[in-house]
Amino acid sequence: MVTSSAVAEPQRYLEAQIRWRPVEIAFWLATLLPFVLTPNYLVLASQIAITALFALSLDLILGYAGIVSLGHAAYFGFASYTAGLTARWGWGEPLTGLVIAAAAAGVLGYLTSFIIVRFRHLALIMITLGLGLLLAEAANSASWLTGGADGLQGVRMWKLFGVFQFDLYGTTAYTYSLAILFVFFLVARRLINSPFGLALRGIRENAIRMPAIGAPSPAHIRKVYTIAAVMAGVAGALLAQTTETVSLETLSFQRSADVLVILILGGAGRLYGGLVGAIIYMVARDQFSGINPQYWYFWIGTLLVAVVIFLPNGILGGAARLVRSGRSRA
Amino acid sequence: MIASAFGVLFDGFAYGMLLFILSVGLSVTLGMMNFVNLAHCSFAMLGGFVTVTLTNELGWPFLASLPLAFLSAALVSVAFERVLYRRLYRASDLDQCLLTIGIVFVSVAVAAYIYGTIQQPVNLPSYLRGSVSVWGQSLGVYRLFLIGVSIVITAVLVAALEYTRFGAKVRAAVDNQRMARGLGIDVDRVFAVTFALGSGLAGLGGALAIEIVGLDHAFAFTYLIYVLIVVAVGGLGSIAGSFVAASLLGISDMAGKYYFPELGAFLIYFVMVALLMWRPVGLFGRR
Amino acid sequence: MRKTLVAFANIAAAILAVTSAQAQQTIKVGVILAYSGQFADPSAQMDNGIKLYMKQHGDTVAGKKIELIRKDTGGIAPDIAKRLAQELIVRDNVDMLVGFALTPNALAAGDVSAQAKKFMVNMNAATAIITTKSPYMVRTSFTVPQLNQTLGSWAYKSGIRKAYTMVSDFGPGHDGEAAFHKGFKDAGGEVIGAARYPVANQDFSAFVQRAKDANADAIYIWTPGGPQPAAIGKALAERGIDPKKTKVLGQGELTSEDALKNMGEAGLGIITAFHYDYNHQSAMNAAFVKSYKDAFGRNPDMFSAGAFDGMHVIYEALKKTGGKTDGESLVDAAKGMNWESPRGPMTIDPETRDVIQTVYIRRVEKVGGQIVNVEFDKVENVKDPFKAGMKN
Repeated sequence: MVTSSAVAEPQRYLEAQIRWRPVEIAFWLATLLPFVLTPNYLVLASQIAITALFALSLDLILGYAGIVSLGHAAYFGFASYTAGLTARWGWGEPLTGLVIAAAAAGVLGYLTSFIIVRFRHLALIMITLGLGLLLAEAANSASWLTGGADGLQGVRMWKLFGVFQFDLYGTTAYTYSLAILFVFFLVARRLINSPFGLALRGIRENAIRMPAIGAPSPAHIRKVYTIAAVMAGVAGALLAQTTETVSLETLSFQRSADVLVILILGGAGRLYGGLVGAIIYMVARDQFSGINPQYWYFWIGTLLVAVVIFLPNGILGGAARLVRSGRSRA
Repeated sequence: MIASAFGVLFDGFAYGMLLFILSVGLSVTLGMMNFVNLAHCSFAMLGGFVTVTLTNELGWPFLASLPLAFLSAALVSVAFERVLYRRLYRASDLDQCLLTIGIVFVSVAVAAYIYGTIQQPVNLPSYLRGSVSVWGQSLGVYRLFLIGVSIVITAVLVAALEYTRFGAKVRAAVDNQRMARGLGIDVDRVFAVTFALGSGLAGLGGALAIEIVGLDHAFAFTYLIYVLIVVAVGGLGSIAGSFVAASLLGISDMAGKYYFPELGAFLIYFVMVALLMWRPVGLFGRR
Repeated sequence: MRKTLVAFANIAAAILAVTSAQAQQTIKVGVILAYSGQFADPSAQMDNGIKLYMKQHGDTVAGKKIELIRKDTGGIAPDIAKRLAQELIVRDNVDMLVGFALTPNALAAGDVSAQAKKFMVNMNAATAIITTKSPYMVRTSFTVPQLNQTLGSWAYKSGIRKAYTMVSDFGPGHDGEAAFHKGFKDAGGEVIGAARYPVANQDFSAFVQRAKDANADAIYIWTPGGPQPAAIGKALAERGIDPKKTKVLGQGELTSEDALKNMGEAGLGIITAFHYDYNHQSAMNAAFVKSYKDAFGRNPDMFSAGAFDGMHVIYEALKKTGGKTDGESLVDAAKGMNWESPRGPMTIDPETRDVIQTVYIRRVEKVGGQIVNVEFDKVENVKDPFKAGMKN
């Protein structure tokens, strides 16, 4: 939705994007509904919030900077284990544990970003895949540290703010995850709707020309990649803390592939795509596997095919097209 | 020690040849049309299950089932290409990924539904079992057969590329699609035929794979990674690239496991990352 | 307005009373298994075992109806398993959690069982420490040390002095390796080499070649079920290792029905230690196998047996408590339970709540044209040695 006047006045464009639309406000109010409508589903809701945050972090690099990563779970799992180990070694305070784990993921992301900036296309995809697989193998081998295939045991979280225990119903878990998701969503939103965000989109569209207009690509990419790693790490740490367990699965190719599917499903490069994708994918999966535990794959696969055929550019992309055509007809 | 080294080399090469047959189709079609077909291994799985059904249920001899594995995968891929893939040639890479992953999910569920979740047995004829002694080395007969088949396929493919008109069109389309269209080559049709052939080869690979690595309902997922590694390391659109990459990966995997078993799975991923960092377009790829 | 509200309240209370009364007539059993994904087959067999027991003994115990609520973890996913366990308790009000094909999932659910004080029956997951996770959990399958430490000491007694071991490089494989080494070395044997192969490995020729080079009296292999046993068997044949000359030892999965079908004659002579085989010669097992085959069209395996026996424990415990379903009563009723199962005699250890059973030593032989496991030796009343060792 870029008209020529908006292009000529980037400040105005950004200001317009930053204003909160009613749909957005409705969305966030709706995230409070589970407390009232479906109080028995709060554990699922907290895991959806965590996946949404993870998908949002992937959107930053995929949807906005054009970096396709098949190994993003590396940061998720790395922070998950860091948070779990911190609690196991005696420090079970949730918020500080979260910060420690996110910082660890950030460092790992920063170091990897130097490799990432040098490659594109299929080579980049396969390198991210390879690095992710190597980290997963390392975690499996270091079973004295990670617990190996049995998972990390002995993770005991203290009460949040000293008051709220992580309970069986998941009330604390959902409140905690939702709040953190919202905070980082605001961060991402601010980032996207800033000159830095515009530069990222420029890089995505035409990486070669960017330095010509004075926007140094590698530095931008390293910065956004590190931020994305931190966010993915936060999601991973949340999972470790709310479930009090960490397994090798958090580092797996399966998890990287799932979050990619979720993001594409919702629509990459649209800020809310990861959130919408996470909600739809995980609710669909929960419902399908409840109906038919053995063959839910079939229904999910059909859903994906249908979405691509009828709603190109993901669910939000398709929705945007419908809105546009509706508006143009009116 | 040297004797065992030869054994390892031989086994690794045979494994590599299997990966080659599975991957070459994807390499060429990806290089030609940039269509991301992650469901490539679903066609491989189809070929495998066709062989299983023919040999176990209908009592066909193993060798006779192989052409049918090839044909069935090729025909089904044509159907998919006409009905689904064609709509997405101009779509984004991400949409192509999502569509083909959806197909993989469905194929895995269908395979589980029809054949169950167990390992599928395959009935090999007795002349393909056991091992022969060559220069004091014990070489598996089936692996020799596999290497033989791959060499024949490679020869046929290379000959077709170099000496037929269709081959020339394929080479042109891979080199520069726009230019090829400009010269009046019906790239879409060339692609459709190449795609069918590539998927057929995948089906053949799936059938051949049963004896070496086993077949179950999740095959389409499990082997996707290895095929992608071969394609990326070899270079898109290159038969020679796939051949060399597959051999290299097969041998280094085997050698790694023999000489450094503690490293185990590390080695194949490490080799891939190192090779891609050194040559991002792949060994025989073009920019 | 007020009258309407009062009327509503009364109706609501009445409905609540009726449904909760009805609820007290049903016992809800939450089944958590990996119905989809790579462990779908073991889970299907476990589900069959549950169904068969309920078919044979009816679905009413102690005057109450048993209702199963099934949930899928999709594979190894402790966070999902934990969430499903929580949801089953909070949302569906189950009285117990059963199933568990996989260790990480069982460990995660164990936490929930302890927190919510619900009875839990682990029908398969075999890592020794699982039962320590919740005081309300019992196990009806086996533990890795139970089988492999026994195999180790048996190996020495049968004359093997030098062994080479190769195991899958993950938790259960490491456990198998540690247990076999302990049993074998404690008895006096010497382990001349130990290798670990990657979990996802498909091609075993390199590893088998190394084993052959080591020139031991016996090669011990630990592998999970799935495609690997057959691949190993074929690699052994290809590399020229004859199980009749060099003893090949392993845990029962190496020679499961599936694996033997795929290996063919290459498997003849392999010796394994296990707790259940469909060929076990007993009247009870013959009847079990027949009814299983009639109902599901295939032979039962250890997964089926574990689930079948798990249901037995549940039914008998409920009969003892007269239908009371709180965790404390049920687990107390289960402790010390002793019965004849299709696998042989079985007891739930009152101290560890784990299974005490006979470990059979079998050899692969051709019987009547079929390649099967034939039991030729056994060790009775084996407790889990790992937990026994923990006490000392």
